[in-house]
Amino acid sequence: MSVFNQPRKRVIQAIILGMVVLIITRLFFLQIVEKKYAKLADANAVLRKVVYPSRGIIYDRQNRAILSNDVLYDLVVTPASVKAIDTGYLCKILNIDKEEFRKRIVNAIVRNGRVRQSVFAALLPAEVFGQLQESMYLFQPGFELVPRQIRSYPYAAAANILGYIGEISPEKLKDSAYASYNSGDYLGLAGLERTYEAVLMGTRGIQYLVKDNLNRPQGAYEGGEFDSAAIAGKNLRLSLDIELQQFGEKLMKGKMGSIVAIDPQTGGILAMISAPTFDPNLLTGSYRSTNSVLLNRDTTKPTFNRAIQATYPPGSTFKPMIALVGLDEGVITPSFGYPCGGAYYGCSRPIKCEHHDAGHAANLRLALSHSCNSYFSHVYRLSVDAAKFGGIRVGGLQKWSDYMNSFGFGHRIGVDIPSEARGIVPNPAFYDKMYKGSWNSCTSVFLGIGQGELTLSPLQMANAMCIVANRGSYYIPHFVQSIDNDDTHLLDKYKEKHVVAHISDTAYSAVIHGMTDVVESGTGRVAQIEGITIGGKTGTAENYGIVDGKRVKLKNHAVFVAFAPAEKARIAVAVIVENSGFGARYAAPIASLMMEKYLKDSISTKRQPLMKTVMETVTLDAAMVAKSKLDSLNASAAIKKNGTK
Amino acid sequence: MNRSQAKLTQGIDWPIVGLYLALVTIGIMSIFAAEYRGDDNIWQNIIHLNKNYSRQMMWFGISLVLAAVIWLTDSKFFTATSNLLYAGGLLLLLLVLGIGKDVKGSHSWLVIGGFQFQPAELTKLCTNLALAKYLSSQETDFTKLRSRLIAAAIALIPAGIIILQDETGLALVYFSFFLVMFREGLPGVLLVIAFSGIVLVLSALLVDKYVLFIIFSVITALVIYFMRREIKRKRTRLLVILGVYAFCSIFVMFIVPFAFTKVLKDYQVRRIEVMLGKENDPKATYNTRQSMIAIGSGGFWGKGYLKGTQTRYDFVPEQSTDFIFCTVGEDFGFLGSVIFLGLYVALLFRIIFVAERQRSTYSRVYAYGVASIIFFHLAINISMTIGLAPVIGIPLPLVSYGGSSLMTFTMLIFIMLRLDADRQMVLR
Repeated sequence: MSVFNQPRKRVIQAIILGMVVLIITRLFFLQIVEKKYAKLADANAVLRKVVYPSRGIIYDRQNRAILSNDVLYDLVVTPASVKAIDTGYLCKILNIDKEEFRKRIVNAIVRNGRVRQSVFAALLPAEVFGQLQESMYLFQPGFELVPRQIRSYPYAAAANILGYIGEISPEKLKDSAYASYNSGDYLGLAGLERTYEAVLMGTRGIQYLVKDNLNRPQGAYEGGEFDSAAIAGKNLRLSLDIELQQFGEKLMKGKMGSIVAIDPQTGGILAMISAPTFDPNLLTGSYRSTNSVLLNRDTTKPTFNRAIQATYPPGSTFKPMIALVGLDEGVITPSFGYPCGGAYYGCSRPIKCEHHDAGHAANLRLALSHSCNSYFSHVYRLSVDAAKFGGIRVGGLQKWSDYMNSFGFGHRIGVDIPSEARGIVPNPAFYDKMYKGSWNSCTSVFLGIGQGELTLSPLQMANAMCIVANRGSYYIPHFVQSIDNDDTHLLDKYKEKHVVAHISDTAYSAVIHGMTDVVESGTGRVAQIEGITIGGKTGTAENYGIVDGKRVKLKNHAVFVAFAPAEKARIAVAVIVENSGFGARYAAPIASLMMEKYLKDSISTKRQPLMKTVMETVTLDAAMVAKSKLDSLNASAAIKKNGTK
Repeated sequence: MNRSQAKLTQGIDWPIVGLYLALVTIGIMSIFAAEYRGDDNIWQNIIHLNKNYSRQMMWFGISLVLAAVIWLTDSKFFTATSNLLYAGGLLLLLLVLGIGKDVKGSHSWLVIGGFQFQPAELTKLCTNLALAKYLSSQETDFTKLRSRLIAAAIALIPAGIIILQDETGLALVYFSFFLVMFREGLPGVLLVIAFSGIVLVLSALLVDKYVLFIIFSVITALVIYFMRREIKRKRTRLLVILGVYAFCSIFVMFIVPFAFTKVLKDYQVRRIEVMLGKENDPKATYNTRQSMIAIGSGGFWGKGYLKGTQTRYDFVPEQSTDFIFCTVGEDFGFLGSVIFLGLYVALLFRIIFVAERQRSTYSRVYAYGVASIIFFHLAINISMTIGLAPVIGIPLPLVSYGGSSLMTFTMLIFIMLRLDADRQMVLR
C-alpha cells in the first residue's frame, strides 16, 4: 500500500508549496508593492489618534438622566518621544517649576516605561487647556492632549449605587482581561459603573491623520481607509426612581441604616438608601483621590453600602418566613393556634411574649398581628423537629436552612452591584462547630423569632417581602431594567422567575392578612396610608457589641418590612434604623412615607408634619457626628456644583 | 567515551534537529524583540522568569529534557501505549470541560501549581499516535469504508470536545489528519469534495441566496451544454448533474437560512458573521490591521533586529503568542520572512522524506501526522497575520510563546526521530 500511494507524496508537497507561495505573494504585495503600510508605521508622517467613545448614560425609570458626561483633558507624555522642546514655556503654562517637570518625567518612566504614554498633568482646568491647545504643536510628539470623560450627577444622589470611574491601576493593566485598556484610561471602579463596565465603556476608535512638518494634523490618511470608528457606550435604563431615592436619603438624614424598595412584579429596585451617605460629585475628576480617602476614613463609613453590605438579625420581621416554612412543611395550618400565656416554656429558659391575654395566638393571622413569640418559637421547633426528617440534627435543620436559602438568605442574591454580603443562615455544620456537636431545637429556638445567629442584609429582607407579596415567587433584585441595543446576556438572570415554595393560596392569605392586621390594628399602625391596604411587620433587632472586650447589649435596631397595595403589591420595602429602639417608632413611618411617595407621588398634607419630624430626627451618636467631616464634605460638593453651573 | 556517545546518538536525523533548534531560537529571539524595552534589565528578567522570553527559555530547557527522555525510550513503548495515551488525552479534555479555567474566552486551561496548561495541545500528539496505531494494525483495511470512518472518528472526537471548550481554532487543526489519511489511500476526490463543501458553506454565508441560485443555474446550464455528448451516451450523467444542482440550491436557499434562524443561537450567528468579516467587529479588524501594518512596514530588508516600531510600541496585540510572525516581518522584512518560511518548508519536506523511508506503516503515518499538524498551524497562523484568514488563535509551531505548545511540538518531533532511528524494526 505504501508503494501504491507513493505518488501522493508529491501531491502533499505541492499543497505545502502552493500555500507557501500564496503567503509569499501576499507578503510581496504587503511589504514591497504597497507603500501605505510602511507610512502608517512611521510616526513622523502619520499620527495615530485614539478616539474615545462617550460613556453610556444611566437613566432612571422615568427616563431622567441621573448622570451626565463632561469632557476634561489630560496632558500625557511619551518619554521616549520627547524631543528638544521649550520646557520653560510648558512649565509656565502648567504653572510648575523645572524640578517638578523632571520629577514627573521620571515618575512616568518608572510607572509605564519610556515608550508608553503616562499622564503628565491630569484633568486640566479650562484656561490651561485653552493655552496648551494653541501651542500644542511645539510639544508634540512627546506630549499629547487626551480627552477624559468625567461624570457629573445633577441629582446628587445614589452615590453607592452608581459607583464611580477612575484611572486603571497598573496591576489591572497587566491582567489580560483588561488588554484593551491603555494606561490613563478610565474605567468603572464601583457600583453599576463597575458591573456594567463592558457595555458602558463603548469601543475606542482609531484615526490616522497625515501630519505636516510641524506635526500639525492635516486630515485623514488614505481617505480614512484604516480608521475604525469609536462606538459610544450603551445607555442603561434603571428601575430606580431618582426622586424616590432623593426622598429616602432625606428621610434617613441624621440616622444610620438603610432603606431598600423593590417592585415585586419585576424585581427592579426602586430605591436603595444607605445612610449616612455622600454626594457622588465628590468622587469625580481630580477631586476623587483626596475625597475618597476622606470618605473612607470617616467615622460614619459613608462608602459602606449598608443596604447590601451590612447584615442584621431581622427580629420579628422574620416571623412571616417562619410561618411559611411551617405551612409548606404541613406542621401547621392557617387555623393552628397556640395557648400562649405570656411566655414560651417549651425550653428550659422561658421566652417572653409581649402579650398574655388568652387567644391572642388562636390562629396564624392573630399570632402574626400580635407578633406572639411563643407561637413562632413553637412553630420553629415543630418544623425542625418534624419526624419525617429524623430530628433536627439528622435532617430537620438542614431542610429548614434549605428553605432559607431558597428565600434568598445566607448567600448573595446576585444584585447587579458588587460587594454584596451573604448574611448567616445557621445549618447543622454551623452549630456542630459552635456547640461542638451538642445542640437541639431549644439551643436554636431564637431563630423562630428572628434572633440568635441569623443575620440578613436589608436587601434580603426586602426581597423576602416580594416573596410574600407575590405569593411564593421573586425575581433577583436588580437596578438595570434594560440596556439600549443590548446584545449581552447580562440581564438574562433578572428575567427569570424564581418559585420558592408551593404553599396554598389560603395559607398565603393567612400570612398576608396577618400582616395587613399589623398595620390596621397592630404594632405598625403608624404606617397607615389613606386608601391603600398595607401588609407590614415591625421588628426590633437585638444588638450586641463588644465594648472593652465584653459582650454587651447595645441599643436595639428598629426594623420594618412592608408591601403595598396588599392585593397586588407594587412596592416592597425594608427599613433599618440602627440603634433607634422599637421598630414602629422610626422604621415604620419611613417605610410608609416611601410607599406613599411612590404610590401617590406626594405626601398628603395630613402626613406632612410626620415627614418633617422624621427628617429632622437625629439618632446618630453625637460623639461620632462630632468626629465626622461628612457634612462639610457634602457641603463643599454642593458649592462646587452650584459654583460652576 | 567516544564510542558510547556515538551509540547514544546513532540514527538521529541531524537536519531535523538542526531545523528544530533554529526555529526555537528564532522564536525566543522574536519573543524577546516583542517584549524588549530599552531600559530592561535582561539578566534579572531571565532569572526571575517574569518575562515571556525568560519563561520560554525555561520551557525550552524542559523541552530538551523531554526530548532526551524520549530519545532514551524504546520505540515499542509508543506503539504499545498509543491507545492508552489517546484514552488518557480524551479524559483530560473532558476533565477540562469540568474543572477548566477560563482564559481569554476559552474554557480550555488547567492550572497546575501556578502554571497554566492547555490539554488541547497535548491531545494532538495522542491522536496522532492513536491514528498511526489504528492504520498500521493488521486488521485495518483502509480501502474499506468502515476503516475510513473509524479513522475519521479517531481524528475528530477530540476536535468535538475542544469546540465545546470554545477553542475552535485548535479544533480546526485536527482536520489536518485528513492529509495523512489521503496519503494512506483516502480517495483524492474526497479532498475535492471537502474543499467544494467548504466553498459552498462560505458562499452560502457570504453571498445573497438568490444570486447564488442564479450562479448555480448558469453553471449547470453550461455544464449540460458542454457535456451534451457524454449525456447522450449515458443518461444517468444528467441525473447526477441535476442532483448536485438540486442539492446545492436547496442547501443555499433553505438549509442555511433555516440553520441560522432556527437552530443556531443569536450569539453563534454573530460569531460566525464576525469571523467572516460580514459584521464589523472592531476588535478583530483592529488586530489584523495592526499586524498588517507591522509586517507591511518591514519593507524588503526589514527595520533590523529590535528596531521595529510597531511591535515594540504595543500596537500589535498578542504579539508574543499568536501574532509573533509580526516581529519577523517587521524586523527582517520580506527577505527575512521568505528565509523564515524556507526553514519551515525545509523542515516539512525533510519530515516527508523521513516518513517515506519508513518500513512500518506506523512510523510513516505518525511522521505524516507531524508534518500535517505543523503545516496546518503554519498556514493558518501566518495567513491570519497577513489578513488572508480570519483571526483564529492558534500558535506558530516552535516559535510562538507558550509552554504547552512548545512541549507538544518537541514531543511530536522527537518521537518521530526515535521511530526513525528504529526504522529497521517493524513497528505496529
